[in-house]
Amino acid sequence: MSVATEKITKLKGFQLHTVKTDKFKTNNIVVKWRTPIKKENVTHRAILPYILQNSTKKYNTTTKLRTYVEELYGATFFIDLSKKGEYHIVSFTLEIANEKFLSDSSPLLKKGLEFLSEVIFNPNVENGAFDQTILNNEKRALKQRIQSIYDDKMRYSNQRVIDVMCENEPYALSVYGDKDEVDNITAQSLYQYYQEALDEDQIDIFMVGDLETEDVTSYIENLFPFKEREGKTIDRRNFTSVEEVKEVREVQDIKQGKLNMGFRTNIVYGDKDYYALQILNGIYGGFSHSKLFLNVREKESLAYYAASRLESHKGLLLVMSGIDNQNYEKAVTIIKEQMELMKKGEFTDQEIMQTKAVIHNQMLETLDTSRGMIELFYHNSVSDKYVEIGEWLKEMSKVTREEIVASAQKIDLDTIYFLTGSEGNA
Amino acid sequence: MEKIPFTQLQEELYYEKLDNGLKVYILPKKGFNKTFCTFTTNYGSIDNHFVPLDGSDYVKVPDGIAHFLEHKLFEKEHGDVFQEFSKNGASANAFTSFTRTAYLFSSTSNVENNLETLINFVQEPYFTEKTVEKEKGIIGQEITMYDDNPDWRLYFGLIENMFVNHPVKIDIAGTIESISHITKDMLYECYHTFYHPSNMLLFIVGPVDPEEYMEKIKANQGKKDYQNHSEVKRKFENEPEHVNKEKQVLKMNVHTSKCLVGIKAIDVNQSGSEMLKNELSINLLLDSLFSESSDNYQNLFQEGLIDDTFSYDYTQEHGFGFAMIGGDTSNPDGLEKAIKEILINAKGSDISEETLERTKKKKIGAFLRSINSPEYIANQFTRYAFNEMDLFDVVPTLESITVDDIKTAANRLIEEDRLTTCQVIPK
Repeated sequence: MSVATEKITKLKGFQLHTVKTDKFKTNNIVVKWRTPIKKENVTHRAILPYILQNSTKKYNTTTKLRTYVEELYGATFFIDLSKKGEYHIVSFTLEIANEKFLSDSSPLLKKGLEFLSEVIFNPNVENGAFDQTILNNEKRALKQRIQSIYDDKMRYSNQRVIDVMCENEPYALSVYGDKDEVDNITAQSLYQYYQEALDEDQIDIFMVGDLETEDVTSYIENLFPFKEREGKTIDRRNFTSVEEVKEVREVQDIKQGKLNMGFRTNIVYGDKDYYALQILNGIYGGFSHSKLFLNVREKESLAYYAASRLESHKGLLLVMSGIDNQNYEKAVTIIKEQMELMKKGEFTDQEIMQTKAVIHNQMLETLDTSRGMIELFYHNSVSDKYVEIGEWLKEMSKVTREEIVASAQKIDLDTIYFLTGSEGNA
Repeated sequence: MEKIPFTQLQEELYYEKLDNGLKVYILPKKGFNKTFCTFTTNYGSIDNHFVPLDGSDYVKVPDGIAHFLEHKLFEKEHGDVFQEFSKNGASANAFTSFTRTAYLFSSTSNVENNLETLINFVQEPYFTEKTVEKEKGIIGQEITMYDDNPDWRLYFGLIENMFVNHPVKIDIAGTIESISHITKDMLYECYHTFYHPSNMLLFIVGPVDPEEYMEKIKANQGKKDYQNHSEVKRKFENEPEHVNKEKQVLKMNVHTSKCLVGIKAIDVNQSGSEMLKNELSINLLLDSLFSESSDNYQNLFQEGLIDDTFSYDYTQEHGFGFAMIGGDTSNPDGLEKAIKEILINAKGSDISEETLERTKKKKIGAFLRSINSPEYIANQFTRYAFNEMDLFDVVPTLESITVDDIKTAANRLIEEDRLTTCQVIPK
């Protein structure tokens, strides 16, 4: 068993995380920008990385930029937007071949780092503004990206349950921004936002691969001249209490209904009882041995999928299932009943043991991909509580039945959302 | 046991064909926590017309039966196999494609037990009328889920357009109607015909000792009494070269339109190195025409015809092949026209030496990235082996491809009456 360890170095304006390993044929570099998600600039933030990856000063068209990336033995380069709790995160990822495995052995890692630095620090800007034509094209693509969420009913209902549940909380904001705000972005306002984010965001740079930390540190420091910053943080433990359960039904022209139920766990990553919450979620709905899978799918044949997952930094437990419209009452009843069983401690020692085994396994498997490692380590940055993987595994294995029940008792149902194909059968 | 080294990649593959015909491959991966295993039969949704074991006449079975069988193998008299895997910390799964059904698990401990569980549950079917009926509700929901998914409907709509007779045009899961006819006896008939070890391949990748594992597998198989089995007779009707339908427009509950243009391939009876070269040449051709570094991509983006969902892909198996190009668009007819123009213009024109070299580099880099993934290695190796190709020939074959090869591939692939379009538009 190999448990990966990261080395964290505080450099000017950012933290550098390095993991030295020889199990991959590639080196992976991820730069993450983090700030509290805010209505005022969420849409600027949603378009910014797309503009930065479109072109730079040196590679001033997409064709030139992508041609260069291909020359680097087809490095993968992409950006993505995500949310961890109420943080809005922008990631720049570059995965590049380790030349050791190529017949042509010219060094690639440094070229890759220079390229990433170019994308972040040398954007395609004239006179304090991004290029207008590029911006217009990206605005169109952003609108389409926002609009297309509606078309994927699973994604749509996942977002809708959050809209309803977290109305008036920043967490309800979409990482892709607000469609009505897209037209208000100008080439100047976006450049101003770029500078603000560049100077104020919390920055983490991850490097995983066959590298020597000493070698890369000074090199990275020169290539990524971020300014010193404080970094804005949020209180992740500012929980909203449930007044009454919200029940929302939306009708669309679809065949299969999508049932989503949102619970508040009142526990976040880094809390003492977070481990028990993880086990609880596993017994309840996380896996194919879980209560939801067995009762909603295998026993009652109501669904193909019925599962739960945690939003670890916001304190949510989210259930999703695809069912026939007329089975709404039946499915909701089972899902609620199964949570009641968790609260009463009605689960077997075998269920605890299975869940611990599967979670332990899942954790170790995550460490077999460089992206998995990075996402895992990033939880620590976001929660500002450093938990080593070995410790994480140990704490998880020590969780008792009583602790699981105690965490279950903190959980409150907040919202039942149903996207249905018919109006009847309420 | 044979040992096949790949020096440049620093990997070694172990292989043995057992007495009952089962092919076993083991690829040790040092430094990895997990072991990933697939147990795959050369049997998929297209194999619906065949001579059953012990039979002499061809039979036709209901659409979706290979996938149904995949679901049902997990259920045993004493319960669900998922439970057994999770007790040993493993996560198990399965999938059915056009040509294969694969059962798999990954785990970081108790690997030997999990491997036994995998082999035994696939080799010990247990079907009853009652459990078969129950599964119809679950698979019915799986089918309904895909019915609401515009990308899936677009993909299958395009395949339907292409083929007149070939069963690839049938949805892998079948329909609610077709699966209603499935009985336990039909499942046993398909099972006994296609799940003989000589029609199957076991692949293990992870931090394992190959000798030890090979012995365990032999011991397991030695205890089971398999009779010799001649190759399964499968029947496919003749498929014309032209497409079945030039265009299909699906109206769905969406806000954004989608458009895919397809090309029906004709060189589909290949196997081995010929197939590998053809497949890679077409992939290089599509990259040179449509990748993000191409002028075409830039133009399509600037004209507002595509966004970052734009993609392209080529699929080839024995008996059928197709390319697909497209994505979300605000102007589905405009995108259709533009893609067709690019394709027609590509026929007969050369790609530059420089573009080819760069695109090859990109593919080689992508291959290295892929072999970080145990899942990719096991799944792809199996697919290649069933088509008599070798996954580890990808890099040398790529390196050998010339500008002329690409030109030949383009000329063979692209033909106006083999193009077809499927669109999804808002209701």
